[in-house]
Amino acid sequence: MVSLSHYLVLGAVLFAIGVVGIFLNRKNVIILLMSIELMLLAVNINFVAFSYYLQDIAGQIFVFFILTVAAAEAAIGLAILVALFRNIRTINVDDLDRLKG
Amino acid sequence: MIFQDFVFYSLASVVIISALGVITLRNPVYSVLLLVLAFVTSSGLWILLEAEFLAIALVVVYVGAVMVLFLFVVMMLDINLDQMREGFWKWFPFGAILAFIMTVEMSMVLMSKQFSSEIIQTPEYKSVDYSNTKELGRLIYTEYVYVFELAAVILLVAMVAAIAITLRHRTDKKSSNASRQIAVSRNERLKVISMPAEKKE
Repeated sequence: MVSLSHYLVLGAVLFAIGVVGIFLNRKNVIILLMSIELMLLAVNINFVAFSYYLQDIAGQIFVFFILTVAAAEAAIGLAILVALFRNIRTINVDDLDRLKG
Repeated sequence: MIFQDFVFYSLASVVIISALGVITLRNPVYSVLLLVLAFVTSSGLWILLEAEFLAIALVVVYVGAVMVLFLFVVMMLDINLDQMREGFWKWFPFGAILAFIMTVEMSMVLMSKQFSSEIIQTPEYKSVDYSNTKELGRLIYTEYVYVFELAAVILLVAMVAAIAITLRHRTDKKSSNASRQIAVSRNERLKVISMPAEKKE
């Protein structure tokens, strides 16, 4: 029988994959954004699983809002990426030192 | 092993394998396509958890809009793939150890008795006339109505920001201004000059 801990472990594994994706692809901004999407998906799976097993639909409402914010974040992130590529012709993280931070 | 277990394990393995592909594949286009597969498969998992509306919303909003946006951007940018892969194998052992430790720690916590099926039983099936969408809508428009409106404002701000960032005013573009063309007077186009008549040779 599939229990709550099965879904939570799946969420944990997905989150770990997202974190490792940020470590491995530290040059490529697109893969970094995709790793963030993976981590958000893991969080959403946790929310939906808790909502089902505790029979409380409020968890699904939070998933709804996380989806909204994630879509906005992806849209702005990609817009920044396009503007960046138009100006300096690269998306390599090492070359993004214009602010001299 | 009942049917739900079989569906869960097959969908979960597809999600994990495609997520691993997203972070390891060389070509970002394949990464985006595998991320689409991960999202579609996890929407199947959400249907298993009786969250039908969110499963459909995930496919429509995420796969239909956000991932297509990713695909557009990936295909539009001309990136140097070899340069992007620098440091991949250098950081691979560290990342693998980190992932292993994180997964083992989380599993140790989450496999404990508190989350097992003895404490938290699998709920009964809902009746046929229960509608997940109706229930979500009822809550969103009553208890969470301010949060819902805030989400709408966030989407509006994001849209304005995305357009403002990518908008550019080109100085070298050629276009015709219709109102100026119509308002032109005869004197701007035609010039009558007086010159002496020339003698025929």
